[in-house]
Amino acid sequence: MIGIEHYVVVSSILFVLGVLGIFLNRKNVIIILMAIELILLSVNLNLVAFSAFLHDLVGQVFAMFVLTVAAGEAAIGLAILVIYFRGRGTIAVDDVNRMKG
Amino acid sequence: MDLLHSLQLTLAEELISVSGLILLLVAAWSGDKAARLISIASVAVLVACAALAVPALAGAAAGPDTYAFGAQYKADAFSAFGKILIYLGAAVTLIVAPAFLDRFNAMRAEFPLLVLFAALGMGIMVSAGDLLALYIGLELNSLAAYVLAAFLRTDDRSAEAGLKYFVLGSLASGILLYGISLTYGFSGHTDFAGIRAALGAGVMSTGATFGLVFVLAGLAFKISAAPFHMWTPDVYEGAPTPVTTFFATAPKVAALGLLMRVSIEAFGSQPGAWQQIVIFAALLSIVIGALGAIGQDNIKRLMAYSSINNVGFMLIGLACGTQAGVSAMLVYLAIYVVMSIAGFVAILMLRDADDRPVESIADLSGLSKTRPGLAVALAAVMFSLAGIPPLFGFWGKFVVFQAAVQANLVALAAIGIAASVIGAFYYLKVVKVMYFDDAADKVHGRNDLAHTVLLVAASIFLSPLGYLLTNWLHLLAGNAASALFHA
Repeated sequence: MIGIEHYVVVSSILFVLGVLGIFLNRKNVIIILMAIELILLSVNLNLVAFSAFLHDLVGQVFAMFVLTVAAGEAAIGLAILVIYFRGRGTIAVDDVNRMKG
Repeated sequence: MDLLHSLQLTLAEELISVSGLILLLVAAWSGDKAARLISIASVAVLVACAALAVPALAGAAAGPDTYAFGAQYKADAFSAFGKILIYLGAAVTLIVAPAFLDRFNAMRAEFPLLVLFAALGMGIMVSAGDLLALYIGLELNSLAAYVLAAFLRTDDRSAEAGLKYFVLGSLASGILLYGISLTYGFSGHTDFAGIRAALGAGVMSTGATFGLVFVLAGLAFKISAAPFHMWTPDVYEGAPTPVTTFFATAPKVAALGLLMRVSIEAFGSQPGAWQQIVIFAALLSIVIGALGAIGQDNIKRLMAYSSINNVGFMLIGLACGTQAGVSAMLVYLAIYVVMSIAGFVAILMLRDADDRPVESIADLSGLSKTRPGLAVALAAVMFSLAGIPPLFGFWGKFVVFQAAVQANLVALAAIGIAASVIGAFYYLKVVKVMYFDDAADKVHGRNDLAHTVLLVAASIFLSPLGYLLTNWLHLLAGNAASALFHA
């Protein structure tokens, strides 16, 4: 029997993978965008699982909103990436260093 | 009837969204030559919305009468206080932006619209009564802000600032959302009152504690509190200066307002759980802000560390967890917004003979001889940020420390005062460069009336004359804080 705890464990694993994907990746900014999507999807899994567990619809409505916002966020991220690439000709993470910090 | 009442309460948001959409059509039809017209119209809309918020603030509106759409949205005195500051910051940005962007040939009709929609999102943030409304408001603001940071498309630094802001901002939203999902799962509610009742006063479950920690971490990113401050210096330096003015004022008010509302309303039954986190973030921000600023040569980076430092002082007010603490924090916030406006308008007026922005502190040397008026204003801002009496910035720090002492957080107040002495070092360094170094004679730009008027008005507010407003400011902040505690 698959219980709520299994869902929470899977979603926390996905969340950690997403965060690690942002910090450990040294190659490509697009991988960061994928990692952000992974984080948002782990949240959605959590919301839907809790919603079913609690017999409460709010969680699923919330997941719909998260999906919508995630689409907008990906569009804006890619747009910024495009203007960045035009100016610099590279999207390697290690090259994002015109300013120190 | 219920719907009508809800629509009346959210009038400011409706006005911004409808006029934003109309102006978007105007922008689509007439292109960039309408950019100035759209800016002026947007400022008018923001002023009208600020006027709409005044009755709720003066009347200390609170309680169920102010709840719209089933308590998703709260039009109480607290949200009115936040909104007036947010609309002020956004309006100032729109006033100073056209001249700056024109010099880069980058004034486009989208700029005022993005600011307008960001202001809409921030208005929802400070009025949110539900985690869903909180999230939508936050994203509406953030998505517009990412684009604004990268607005100078041909400038490397601006694009890089946009990219960094986007990556770290999205990560923060993700962390916040994960916290929201855990909070929902372990309390069964997304509305603040429901969460508060479900958590109760007993021992908090591990899941709910994790949810609280993640929510606070996500919000700490947005207010640029340490240890989540690392994006701030780069974004402040790289973004176009009017956009930096915007980031230093309006989103800061909105995110701090949101943090106060979530802490007091949603997690108010468990103050012990978040107070430790807030105290930790406050101390770390004050220290990192003070130490990081030493050795910076770019004045926008200096202002970034200064904002980290000041957020730390404001968090001391929240750490008290009392009505007096929140009220003190709001007073500080109002003064901080004006200090930031004065500081960044002065920075915008620093231009060399070719009309390029001057951002290096070394280039300011001897400014007191070449541009005495500007030097006095900048010195007033620096002294005020350092909290040196008799300038008004001192009053903000004073009321926050007073609240901390009343709440028996004497050690926190003592460390804060000690750190503000360290922090005074780099503010005074700027003043020393302007007044005692040989003239570099770099700053030549001529400035229009709008900048001068804004700078003079903000400087008068920061001067000792500002103390005439203390009674009034405390009354309004008190109204706002009491709305939060009697929700």
